Amino acid sequence: MDEFSEGVLRTKTQKIIRTVEDQSDNSRRKFLKATLVTGAMVTGGLGTLEVLSEETKKETGEKIRLLSPDGKIVEVDSSVINPAIPDIPLSAHNVRDGVPGKKFVMVIDLSKCKNAGKCRKACSKMHYLPEDRSYIKIDKMQDAETTAPYWMPTPCFHCDNPPCVKVCPVDATFKLSDGIVAIDNNRCIGCRFCMVACPYSARVFNWGEEQFKITEERFEEIKTHESCSSHVKGTVEKCDFCPSKAIKNELPDCVNACPNGVFYFGDENEDVVTNGDETVRLSQLLIDKAGYRYLEELGTKPRVYYLPPANRQFPFKEVNEVKP
Amino acid sequence: MSNLSITEEQEGAAIHDERTHELVADLLPKKFGTAGNLWVASLFLVVLIGGYAYYHQLRDGLIVTDMRDFTSWGIYISNFVFFVAISLVGSLVSAILKLSNVEWRTPLVRIAEIIAVSAIMLAALIIIVDMGRPDRIWHLFVYGRIQSPIIWDVIVITTYFTISVLLLYLPLLPDLALCRDSVKTNIPRWRKKLYRVLALNWKGTRSQYKIMKRAMQILAVLIIPLALMIHTVTSWLFATTYRAGWDSSNFGPYFVSGAFMVGAASVIAVMYVLRNHYHLDKYITHRHFNNMGKLLVLLSLIYLYFNINEYLVSGYKMKKVEGEQLLDLFTGSYAPIFWMVQILGMVVPIIVLLFKQGRKPLPAFIIAVMVVVGAWFKRFLIVTPTLLHPFVPIQHVPESWMHYIPTWEEWSITAASLAGALLVITFFVRVFPIVTIWEIAEERGIKLEPHLNPEVK
Repeated sequence: MDEFSEGVLRTKTQKIIRTVEDQSDNSRRKFLKATLVTGAMVTGGLGTLEVLSEETKKETGEKIRLLSPDGKIVEVDSSVINPAIPDIPLSAHNVRDGVPGKKFVMVIDLSKCKNAGKCRKACSKMHYLPEDRSYIKIDKMQDAETTAPYWMPTPCFHCDNPPCVKVCPVDATFKLSDGIVAIDNNRCIGCRFCMVACPYSARVFNWGEEQFKITEERFEEIKTHESCSSHVKGTVEKCDFCPSKAIKNELPDCVNACPNGVFYFGDENEDVVTNGDETVRLSQLLIDKAGYRYLEELGTKPRVYYLPPANRQFPFKEVNEVKP
Repeated sequence: MSNLSITEEQEGAAIHDERTHELVADLLPKKFGTAGNLWVASLFLVVLIGGYAYYHQLRDGLIVTDMRDFTSWGIYISNFVFFVAISLVGSLVSAILKLSNVEWRTPLVRIAEIIAVSAIMLAALIIIVDMGRPDRIWHLFVYGRIQSPIIWDVIVITTYFTISVLLLYLPLLPDLALCRDSVKTNIPRWRKKLYRVLALNWKGTRSQYKIMKRAMQILAVLIIPLALMIHTVTSWLFATTYRAGWDSSNFGPYFVSGAFMVGAASVIAVMYVLRNHYHLDKYITHRHFNNMGKLLVLLSLIYLYFNINEYLVSGYKMKKVEGEQLLDLFTGSYAPIFWMVQILGMVVPIIVLLFKQGRKPLPAFIIAVMVVVGAWFKRFLIVTPTLLHPFVPIQHVPESWMHYIPTWEEWSITAASLAGALLVITFFVRVFPIVTIWEIAEERGIKLEPHLNPEVK
């Protein structure tokens, strides 16, 4: 019964994925175009010019304006642009492949968090979790009795020295090239060693079929996040930095949902993070605002940084359980 | 012998016959009485209820337990640790006491070894019960990562199990031959066949004994490092994490010493029951209880030492989360169990067993049961309170996630595993001689049937 319905879901997913692929092809083209035209690729190197290539492709006649490395605006034919991020066909998406060339990173500005709870809500919606649960937690923290309490959102830290990956007996959780710690729910045996190994309690378990049933009920809505971790009974899941959105250069839902711009998400290779409103240099932000990582002394090297709760935008207020 | 006169030789043979007959009659497996049948029936009932609970768990998932995202390990794991702990007694009695030439261990060796074998069998079963996806157990062998302590545990436990079975089986060969050749006619056919097959055509020749004893010597040496390894690796399942209360380099010896203590206690408990039920007073004597009692005191004192290390050192510092966890044990919600376990399961046994009166069979039995029960709850106290004290505080979760109270399914499955271990021991006692006949005969200079004679000089 269980296996059967999983199977049905999988075939259904495949179908939707195929349609999504077509759409994403289109939207990617538009997206690329928009980015390139506005010259936003200065920071990134989203595309490479194949001017040195001897092989000439058929010209499309569509001209695109680009900013060259020496600061001049040049116009080239769209056919010579080769996206550095190759189209990853989602139906063939391998959970063990990271997004090429990326090193995802998150910065959480504690001075802006007032426990609005929108990130949690967005996360449960995005990942088809029960309404009172999400992969991100917002905890009331108080470092000492005499210091002021503050709210601290904790997603998975996607550590560079991940204790959960170390202890997994079957390689069901692993580090991707883009920095994400991912889970293969078809491999996991449900021993939960990773859950006790994680010092941040980031992982959640499919104790029953609750999560799976929600996915099934709301199946028709599944559109853009088909490769997010699936709810397989008896296996572990957690915050995955929404890789299917990252592939499309979109921000994770928790980042988008936050009304106060608490979350900055970006790429360490590009040294850029954005909270949707402002885009800043990661290294400069960490210097300016004295960024730190939670429980640094454990040596787990999290990919999530915190900015201390100084110069708060909101006074600390006890918030009753946020009802979605 | 050739210089003995004919009459003397015959006389000697007659005496031997009588003593041999008595020995074999005393020690061959016997039918159960009403009490025995009731015992087996009730164990079966417990196993059946546990089986039904496991059916529930397979159908609905681990949601039937009270484990949740914070208390992600529960009594299945602590029960597993308990079983692994008990299994160390096999190596204690068959190897450590053997290699140190303790002659009184003879009637206890097989009792210890069957406790060890049954405990490992059930440890393996209970860890499968704890898995979210037992159907994927083969992933361990196909995708196994040697970097994971779980794989280390799989390797050492299977090795330890294999050697323990050999340690049980090899010295059983002469006794199996004895059963096979027994004149008793009322033995069912299947058992006769079983003895015949298992005895491996044992003839009791000098060279057969030589090979067997040599093999036992090698196995006895091999099993000691393995015993240390299985429980050290089991402790590493906890100590390799960052959790408050587990993050301790004391954990290896702490677990090993506790394991030897509960193992010795379990032997005292089982040997008391067998002695009374089968009237084995001639073989398992007051001296055995006295000596096992002394051994248990020694092992408990070692365990006490590691307990002091574990609790005093971290209690002295009271690091933030670790301190909260310790306070929960010392004065908080787990204080009643904690002090019961430490006092009734360790301190009182040490005091009582220091006195000669305390090492008489009945008091030693009661103390042993206290130690075993205390040891089970001690493992619960090692697993659960730590998980309820994570670094990131438990907030904004359903109220029931903030504590851990095992459900009836968990209790029934755990009870079934304990009953299962007792059933394995009971079945063994019913079918095989629980006291090594040939070794007793050898020690007492009794000749067994000519072809089974160990040919002592």
